[in-house]
Amino acid sequence: MDQGLVLSVRRHGESSAVVTLLTAHHGRHAGLVRGGQSRRLRGVLQPGNQVTATWRARLEEHLGSFVLELDRSLAAPLLPFADRLAALGSLCALVDTGLPERENHPALFENTAAMITALDSEDDSWRPYYVQWELDFLRELGFGLDLSRCVATGGIDDLVYVSPKSGGAVSAAAGVPYRDRLLPLPGFLIGHGTPSDADILEGLALTGHFIDKHVYAAYDRSLPAPRDRLVQILRR
Amino acid sequence: MTEIERLIRLLARMPGLGPRSARRATLHLIKKRETLLEPLARALTDAAQNIRTCRVCGNVDTNDPCGICTDPKRDSTLLCVVEDVADLWALNRADIYTGLFHVLGGTLSALDGIGPEDLNISQLIERAQADAVTEVILAMNMTVDGQTTAHYISERLASADLRITQLAHGVPVGGELDYLDDGTLSAALRARHE
Repeated sequence: MDQGLVLSVRRHGESSAVVTLLTAHHGRHAGLVRGGQSRRLRGVLQPGNQVTATWRARLEEHLGSFVLELDRSLAAPLLPFADRLAALGSLCALVDTGLPERENHPALFENTAAMITALDSEDDSWRPYYVQWELDFLRELGFGLDLSRCVATGGIDDLVYVSPKSGGAVSAAAGVPYRDRLLPLPGFLIGHGTPSDADILEGLALTGHFIDKHVYAAYDRSLPAPRDRLVQILRR
Repeated sequence: MTEIERLIRLLARMPGLGPRSARRATLHLIKKRETLLEPLARALTDAAQNIRTCRVCGNVDTNDPCGICTDPKRDSTLLCVVEDVADLWALNRADIYTGLFHVLGGTLSALDGIGPEDLNISQLIERAQADAVTEVILAMNMTVDGQTTAHYISERLASADLRITQLAHGVPVGGELDYLDDGTLSAALRARHE
């Protein structure tokens, strides 16, 4: 038995569904849910919902089947909001397509559950949190960015760029000769100030570059469409 | 393969029927040859020959444009957008909506690779802007995919001079609060009124 967040649901046959969860102790894990297309379970199997999952299979490498029980209906409050729904779609798609299967990431589970909960906030405070979530996602995959000091000088002041190759921060002075090729580092990611809408977009451009480079382009894939849609919506 | 086996195999491909129930249905049809099998065969042939998809709204009917699109009693200023023909039938069955319909043919789904170009969205945009439509009702399912599609259509229609509305959601008639899921309760509480 484990806790899980619903990432995706694929129809299987007439009444069942193959459901992929981000679980607390077993990473991204798929399983067959009998009656997954039924009226009773359709509401439970919405991406973002938190469930208690019991998985059974004859052999470890089998797909196996899940018995799911709804813990928290996290998706329902987000349905009226285009931007929050897009953020939910984006993070579910990133984890579903970017995280290796059955690799334990308990911190990512906690972080993602907190992120989805934060989407139901009264203001736009979830936006910087979402950018931070993508940074944490990269770190979980082993591609964390070092934004603590300048990769060129080792200094910790005036960090305004990120190297698109190393993922390390670059100070304003050290970045002058290469500034056309460096990615802007929005201050809120290193604890400076409240982010503007433009800062959020710069943050997403930064994380998007490295997620694409390390997780998708390396395997000749492109960023999932819901991630692009989130950027489109926030750009308006 | 005999005709009976062929019939069983075809019936077994129907939703809700497996090989065993298909055999039962076949036996029943054979026993009721004159009152059921032959009329059913004629009805199936007629349906296969005459049913077509309405080029205006995406409904299925024996006429193209369909009976709803050509009905002069319908309010042509109202356009209700639904995911599937089954949703159109449900709304039409209730006999409380007198406007026109538009069937999308599904919802946006990145997972299944269904994008806007795979649905009847561009036809909807053209129709909503060209015809005498003043209000577009988005009657999508209350699912993540359904509402993502509704938001997408709202954005595409934002520049048009149209009223865009959505179906309300909350406690169903006959529903007991104790049995409602958290999401429905939350939506009902948010949409409370005096």
